[in-house]
Amino acid sequence: MALISDGRFIEDAWRRLADEEALPKTGKFIVSLPRLEHAVEVLGPTATFGVIVPNTTEPSALIAALPRLELISITFPAFADGRGFSLARLLRRAAFKGELRASGRLVADQYPHAIGCGFDTIEIPDDLAERQDEEQWRAALNAYSMSYQRGYAGRGSILEARRKAVRS
Amino acid sequence: MTAIDLHVAQRQNAPMTTYRYDAYDAAFVSERVAEFREQVRRRLSGALTEEEFRPFRLMNGLYLQLHAYMLRVAIPYGTLTARQMRRLADIADKWDKGYGHFTTRQNLQYNWPKLVDTPDILESLAEVEMHAIQTSGNCIRNVTADHFAGVAPDEIEDPRPTAEFLRQWSSLHSEFSFLPRKFKIAVTGAAHDRAAIMVHDIGLRIVRNATGEIGYQVVVGGGLGRSPFIGKVVGDFVPREDLLAFLEAIMRVYNRFGRRDNKYKARVKILVHEKGIDEIRAAVEAEFAAMDRSVFSHDPAEFERIAAFFAPPPFESLPEASALLRAAKLETPAFANFADVNVSAHKLPGYAIVTVSLKPIGGVPGDATSEQMRVLADASERFGFGELRVSHEQNIILPHVKQDDLFALWRMLDAAGLATANAGLVSDIISCPGLDYCSLATARSIPIAQAISKRFSDMSRQRRIGKLGVKISGCINACGHHHVGAIGILGLEKKGQESYQITLGGDPTFSASIGEILGPGVTAEQVPDVVEHLVDYYLAEREEGEAFIDTWRRIGHARFKDVLRREGEDGADI
Repeated sequence: MALISDGRFIEDAWRRLADEEALPKTGKFIVSLPRLEHAVEVLGPTATFGVIVPNTTEPSALIAALPRLELISITFPAFADGRGFSLARLLRRAAFKGELRASGRLVADQYPHAIGCGFDTIEIPDDLAERQDEEQWRAALNAYSMSYQRGYAGRGSILEARRKAVRS
Repeated sequence: MTAIDLHVAQRQNAPMTTYRYDAYDAAFVSERVAEFREQVRRRLSGALTEEEFRPFRLMNGLYLQLHAYMLRVAIPYGTLTARQMRRLADIADKWDKGYGHFTTRQNLQYNWPKLVDTPDILESLAEVEMHAIQTSGNCIRNVTADHFAGVAPDEIEDPRPTAEFLRQWSSLHSEFSFLPRKFKIAVTGAAHDRAAIMVHDIGLRIVRNATGEIGYQVVVGGGLGRSPFIGKVVGDFVPREDLLAFLEAIMRVYNRFGRRDNKYKARVKILVHEKGIDEIRAAVEAEFAAMDRSVFSHDPAEFERIAAFFAPPPFESLPEASALLRAAKLETPAFANFADVNVSAHKLPGYAIVTVSLKPIGGVPGDATSEQMRVLADASERFGFGELRVSHEQNIILPHVKQDDLFALWRMLDAAGLATANAGLVSDIISCPGLDYCSLATARSIPIAQAISKRFSDMSRQRRIGKLGVKISGCINACGHHHVGAIGILGLEKKGQESYQITLGGDPTFSASIGEILGPGVTAEQVPDVVEHLVDYYLAEREEGEAFIDTWRRIGHARFKDVLRREGEDGADI
């Protein structure tokens, strides 16, 4: 897998735990959603970790654990399945401040969408990373200077800019 | 000088009544072209597979059809300037085969562009403030509106500022560009629905509440296609203040819960149908209540900025009736027919709305040659403040023509083969491209439209029949809107043969209804006979001033079914 952050391919500091693997005491690890409750229980109250969730997850299922989560990875079963974008928005609305990761076969052209919805990082399979290199991801990040929506992250809002122009 | 004053001043120098790009809009569209140029290059280099490229080319209006690519150009809310129309003509000549096809969603399609040329075509469009953004794909599509917007006598408010506001809001939306399926929004501000809002994913009807405040009745879950549904009211009165937030709430509910397991069940109409409108309304209201609405709160200055572009052109104060028009009608019967059929009432005295039919007898519905496009552009400049509209009936509208000028306009149109006096009549047929172009089609549509049109080539007979909507689709996806045709025709394939299913009683307006199937399918050759028999039966049964659909509603479907049965007894194998 390759990890993209700020338009660059970077080393992944996190490790995905297999479900049969014992929970480590420390380190950056990611558990699956079914193990979330258990992990919260057995790990000390100060321990933080990550979770990987399907894009159909109800945000309410994560709310209780949010203070313990440093990373939430949302899977994209297909790149054109946009449910993950809405889930990311809802998690940001629920004040999740940690790393939000999109995991799946996303293509570089979706990078601005992901950033706009609150994702920080994108995790893609190696074969995709080979075809769509760092340069393409960076280009996608810079393809648009502004966006028409308000309240979405990343680029500046055209509506805001117009407001300012009218006021000045 | 404020930004708004500046725009008003600019408008006076270049009178045109549509939105004009500011630097932000222009930058956005040109960045879109640059991005697409890269996407094409990356597709050709193999960086993008065809599967990956597909949604991005679709969101730029590029389809792969039966014989070639097809590029669908957005004409937001169907409003065009003369300059834009000329550019469409130039593109048709330079990169296509000298013609274009106006669609039921107020867009224009080129049927023969080459993939490698499309970035240049998009760049050429951008120069005249046009694009092909979101005319296809599983995203919020080009927003349509009443083609009589701003000039209809029955209007509460021009729907185009709302439509433009939504065009911008929906453009490259971070969250709603990978929806379960396509999503179409239509807006009307009039008492009579000319935008078919009841059969859109979201229909917006501008209304006034008891205190005189403007707001929107929001209808959701209408649609045609293989399972037609009439939309249901999800918000009875949404104040303008809340419109964007309310739409975001609907879109989020749809994006999260719309079906993705079966593309034929993925439209919001199926979600509404399966869950029921009450559950959907509750979900939308819950989402609306939970969101931070301040970021979507209405920006009156921005709305006014947009609305200022749609200010009325510099109309003259004219008498109600034109003596010139009256005289010309008496003198030239062909013109009188045109004036009676293709001219509608304008909200101002002395002016008229002219429908230019793109349905010549035996022609291809909605097609216009580059030469005709230029004539239309010229005509709009000479007689109508340089403004044109595309109707969802696939015709061109000149929205502000002086009644005194109607005769001169008619002569100009007539010389270009654009004066067919059949607006709203039986030969003003809506038809999809069908098997002649489309890879989804199961049967031909254009030749059927042509055959019916020829059958009713006697124009006096057409006028006697009166308003009658015939709509033809070449497959169950229903691009020809057959479900809402008073007479609907659906082309299917049965055992390798084209078979046409006839429906009656469809209605695309506020009194929307889906047509009912008349009986077993008929062959392509039989379609004109069946339509003719149905029309003759209607003529025999109708009461004074009664339209086809009203006769059908009064006497019932069964009586019309007998017509088809008798058709069978005449020896036809149906």
